[in-house]
Amino acid sequence: MFDDRYTLAYKRYPYKKSADQDAASPVRHPVVVMGGGPIGIATALDLGRQGIPTLVLDDHEGVGMGSRAICFAKRCLEVAGRYGCGKPMVDKGVVWNIGKVFNKDDQVFEFNLLPEEGHEYPAFINMQQPYYESFQLDRFEELQKDGAPIEIRGKNRIDNVEVHDDYVTLEIMTPDGPYTLEAEWLIGCDGAASPLRTMLDLDFTGKVFQDSFLIADIKMKNDDFPTERWFWFEPTHGGGASTLLHKQPDDVWRVDFQIGWDVDRKEEMKEENIRRRLDAFLGENVQYDMVWSSIYTFQCKRMDSFRHGRVFFAGDAAHQVSPFGARGANSGMQDVDNLGWKLGMVMRGEAPDSLLATYNYERIHGADENILNSTRSTDFITPKSEMSRLLRDAVLDLSEKHEFARPMVNSGRLSVPCTYDGSPLNSADALDGPARSRPGSVCPDAPLGDDFLLSKLGDKFILLTIDADAPDMIEESGIQVTRLALSTTDDKTGALRERYLGDNDSAVYLIRPDQHVAARRPSFDDNQIRAAIRRAIGKE
Amino acid sequence: MTDLILTPNIDGVDDFYAELLAAHEGLTKEDSDALNARLVLVLANHVGDREALSQALKAAEK
Ligand SMILES: Cc1cc2nc3c(=O)[nH]c(=O)nc-3n(C[C@H](O)[C@H](O)[C@H](O)COP(=O)(O)OP(=O)(O)OC[C@H]3O[C@@H](n4cnc5c(N)ncnc54)[C@H](O)[C@@H]3O)c2cc1C
Repeated sequence: MFDDRYTLAYKRYPYKKSADQDAASPVRHPVVVMGGGPIGIATALDLGRQGIPTLVLDDHEGVGMGSRAICFAKRCLEVAGRYGCGKPMVDKGVVWNIGKVFNKDDQVFEFNLLPEEGHEYPAFINMQQPYYESFQLDRFEELQKDGAPIEIRGKNRIDNVEVHDDYVTLEIMTPDGPYTLEAEWLIGCDGAASPLRTMLDLDFTGKVFQDSFLIADIKMKNDDFPTERWFWFEPTHGGGASTLLHKQPDDVWRVDFQIGWDVDRKEEMKEENIRRRLDAFLGENVQYDMVWSSIYTFQCKRMDSFRHGRVFFAGDAAHQVSPFGARGANSGMQDVDNLGWKLGMVMRGEAPDSLLATYNYERIHGADENILNSTRSTDFITPKSEMSRLLRDAVLDLSEKHEFARPMVNSGRLSVPCTYDGSPLNSADALDGPARSRPGSVCPDAPLGDDFLLSKLGDKFILLTIDADAPDMIEESGIQVTRLALSTTDDKTGALRERYLGDNDSAVYLIRPDQHVAARRPSFDDNQIRAAIRRAIGKE
Repeated sequence: MTDLILTPNIDGVDDFYAELLAAHEGLTKEDSDALNARLVLVLANHVGDREALSQALKAAEK
């Protein structure tokens, strides 16, 4: 009755009977999160840090063994950093900058990502997903010890829900049998196959790609492989139609073989067959152990709406992308970043329900951008038509000699945070400043002495002033906005000027708790800033 | 007389590439080839510069 659907890498929250299971009538919780994957745990971290009681129900007892995500991008790390678990991730993760692209068997070019300086977090790290999840769970336990009202229950599977106007009833199965709970808010973080979607009979539409990939995580015994990303288009070694080699911590490499649509999964998953591909690819002399392998097919799909009354969807449950460009977990973290402060304010009565509608607007915008990018990468890697293949091959041919064609080679575009252009929470841009920090953008980081700008933002509304006067605190509609006063005289690297001022001598930015810009102007104006605050909390 | 530009020169190159693929979507191979031929001529006219066009022909050779 309670079989695991996947093997655990770490058992972290063994089943324990809760008093709720013996209660005479269903106990009501303010927030229940369905699913203890990376997105569900992050949701609990966000809400727990705001002091909002949050209960996570997961049908397993810890972190799944499958590595799945390996590439965690800057924004994801910044959000984890705000929750208090970004540092150990960066310490564990592998940073790479050199990539090589091969066509047939020849290297066509090499690139260096040359990440921009002056950010606390790297452009991305490679790290096995179970580590990512473990660091979040470490933080979860730390917060619990510090008194945050968060809890996770293992082997608690939600089997049915009933949505009412102002609460949701949940039927939960445990090894001790079923029980019922109520939740004022339910957040569905139950993954790509989301049973919650099915229970509510909600559509998940988009595109399924007619291809499959075999992933093998292998541990090298003779380790002289460089820390680089290598991508082969149509290698002749016979391993796969395209092949990706990528470094992870612990001398583990991820190999991805594109193996076609009509494959016999069971046959392909046999160790001898995986080794045959690996040996063809790596050569006979390379010694390795197999750590984990899997076959996946992929799709780019999303729900029509991420909110249904008292129910929200986040992460893979809400949207699924192909893995090219590493946008799954990365975009799920941005869902949490977006939903956390909004739900917090509405639950505390500081903002109207309309603020929650903007979660849908902003994150659908994000999901569509991610789907677009990962669809394009997929189309480049696995061309759908003869002409699309001809053009792809032409790009690869040209890229060997001519620099211009290299940016056209698309084996996955790095996940960057979405800019919420046109969001109802933005005020009109009143500064002729850098495009990258226009209203709707996530604040770019910048060094401040030994510290960084982003570590001073977040969790609440901030009025950032650069060489501009403003009150130290503004109270508007019950919201307190504190000022962070900076000056270009402290901007030794010039990053602040370049990222926030452009040609202006001064600037005032209103920044949301998720570190997105809500409004900006050259100088402080009481009426305008107050209007911008009201707008940013859904009151205008 | 200008040298042919062979360094990246298109803003939003992914958007352009997607638009190019979209123009071909649903066409037979023959119609696609014809579209490409017309496109070459349109672009060549835009470039105009004879020397640059000769260089482009060289660059496209294998
Ligand atoms: C091969 C591959 C490579 C990838 N690479 C990357 C990458 O490099 N970067 C990146 O950002 N993303 C990547 N991804 C995507 C990433 O793995 C997912 O986006 C991420 O795991 C989604 O997290 P989630 O919490 O939304 O869902 P999941 O991780 O799927 O978690 C869902 C949780 O809900 C639980 N659950 C399900 N049903 C119930 C129920 N009825 N009751 C209670 N609990 C339930 C599950 O047990 C699970 O714990 C990759 C994916 C694949 C397949």
